Amino acid sequence: MDDLYREIIIDRYKNPIYRGSVNPHDIAFEDDNPLCGDHIRIEVRVNENGIVEQAAFDGHGCAISQAAADLLMETIIGKTIEEVKQITKDDILDMLGLELGPVRLKCALLSLKVLKAGVYGLGEATDDLVE
Amino acid sequence: METRTNTLDVKKIRQDFPILQREVHPGVPLVYLDSTATSQKPAQVIDAMDRYYRYTNANIHRGIHVLAEESTADYEAARQKVAQFIGAESPRQVIFTRNTTESINLVAYSWGRRHLNKGDVIILTEMEHHSNLVPWQMLAQERELRLEFIPVTEDGLLDLTAYPALLDFKPRMVAFTQMSNVLGTINPAKDMIALAHQAGAITLVDAAQSAPHLPVDVQDLDADFFAFSAHKMCGPTGIGVLYGKKELLESMPPFLGGGDMIKRVQLRSFAPNELPHKFEAGTPSIAEAIGLGAAVDYLTEIGMDKVESHEKEIIAYALERLEEIPGVKVFGPEAAKKGGVASFTLSSIHPHDVSQILDRHGIAIRAGHHCAMPLHEKFGLPATARASFYLYSTREEVDKLADSLYEVRKIFGM
Ligand SMILES: Cc1ncc(COP(=O)(O)O)c(C=O)c1O
Repeated sequence: MDDLYREIIIDRYKNPIYRGSVNPHDIAFEDDNPLCGDHIRIEVRVNENGIVEQAAFDGHGCAISQAAADLLMETIIGKTIEEVKQITKDDILDMLGLELGPVRLKCALLSLKVLKAGVYGLGEATDDLVE
Repeated sequence: METRTNTLDVKKIRQDFPILQREVHPGVPLVYLDSTATSQKPAQVIDAMDRYYRYTNANIHRGIHVLAEESTADYEAARQKVAQFIGAESPRQVIFTRNTTESINLVAYSWGRRHLNKGDVIILTEMEHHSNLVPWQMLAQERELRLEFIPVTEDGLLDLTAYPALLDFKPRMVAFTQMSNVLGTINPAKDMIALAHQAGAITLVDAAQSAPHLPVDVQDLDADFFAFSAHKMCGPTGIGVLYGKKELLESMPPFLGGGDMIKRVQLRSFAPNELPHKFEAGTPSIAEAIGLGAAVDYLTEIGMDKVESHEKEIIAYALERLEEIPGVKVFGPEAAKKGGVASFTLSSIHPHDVSQILDRHGIAIRAGHHCAMPLHEKFGLPATARASFYLYSTREEVDKLADSLYEVRKIFGM
């Protein structure tokens, strides 16, 4: 009955595939969502051709934030950094198969925000990265 | 088990609140358990504000026409009602602000800047809402003050055994909440104030949660400052109250400058107005003040003692139902020592997820740190789920909450 908690979300939340760390890594970034205390750290290794070879996340938070991070890691492996930069809010929502209100949207987009801040080599993860 | 001691006619009360009649999803009625964040508003309040805009609207003070006189009279009548509601000696001691937060900031800026200097000590507690924390932190930074904190015990009470030693620092200000918006803890304000006075300190009571839920009397408490918001007590947003002792308010410089707060203005100087206008610069929230007046009338007619005892009964029942659910941990003291607030966690399920699933059942609770991050840190939690109750809350709503928490467990495979 609960579309927001589709099986894939609960499953990825409880049994994440990409939780962990990547050593050595080329890109690492972390941030939290002060509203709910969700925290995400992402590590990525990129090969000489600019393709994401390995990616992992760590952190804690609600099912949506953690499942989104796990699915995002899966998506970026094998993509070029240029392709990763093109990932949008809508891609994340498609991935989750959800429509979310403004509060939960922040949970869903935290991992993308962190990833983009890392990929662009920014000092700070800001909301305009995922708008 | 079913001993009903209160005499509130909750069924009738619920009829007064139009929003309680709505559905939040098709066929799913609203179960509003978020009154600690803001209360719902009875038709009496909505109508008073509506009547003001349809019939009386004019800027107050100084106007010499019927509308101006009527609106001024209504605005000042609201002040009188509030004064009576909190047991103030005079309505001049009731200053209208935007909310509790602004009331506390007013004291920190005006009283604090006039009276506090390097090395002075302010005592707060570990259970404060950010609004009774950050204004003092800002002042402390500016003036190099020292902040000390009354600790919170494991069971969510203030550790008052630590209080006398803190008072030995000869604090200038002791500022604390009368009721915690997270733990529900009702603090012994009167005793704490008496001890603070013995140590020579001024006191500020954050009454954001107590004024809506308990009978309060500022003179009996002997509070120096007392701050609360209309929106948590059946009134509108955009209006709050700062009560202060007369000598204190008179000794304080104005907070904001502009119209209304002055007696005389010359190009290079001004003479401030008398209380309370000295602290009410610019056109105030007139309709909102009138709405607050109507809210005070509404609560007074019902009786704050009855509101309190109804909530006591509901929270006792809620704790009983919540604690029987496997994995639920409720924070804060036993029912006898708290108001109608139950903050809890359900196993390791994030409170956002809990809240989201409850919302499917029409149940509105809050999830997060409830503007008390240091307190959550103390308990080692980033967030909790919080169900809170008011005069319109029912046992049936508590049951719906409990049933839906079982459903959350099921969705998470527990
Ligand atoms: C104990 C306490 N203090 C202060 C506040 C701040 O009230 P307001 O946001 O109306 O200024 C709240 C509201 O959440 C509260 O619960």
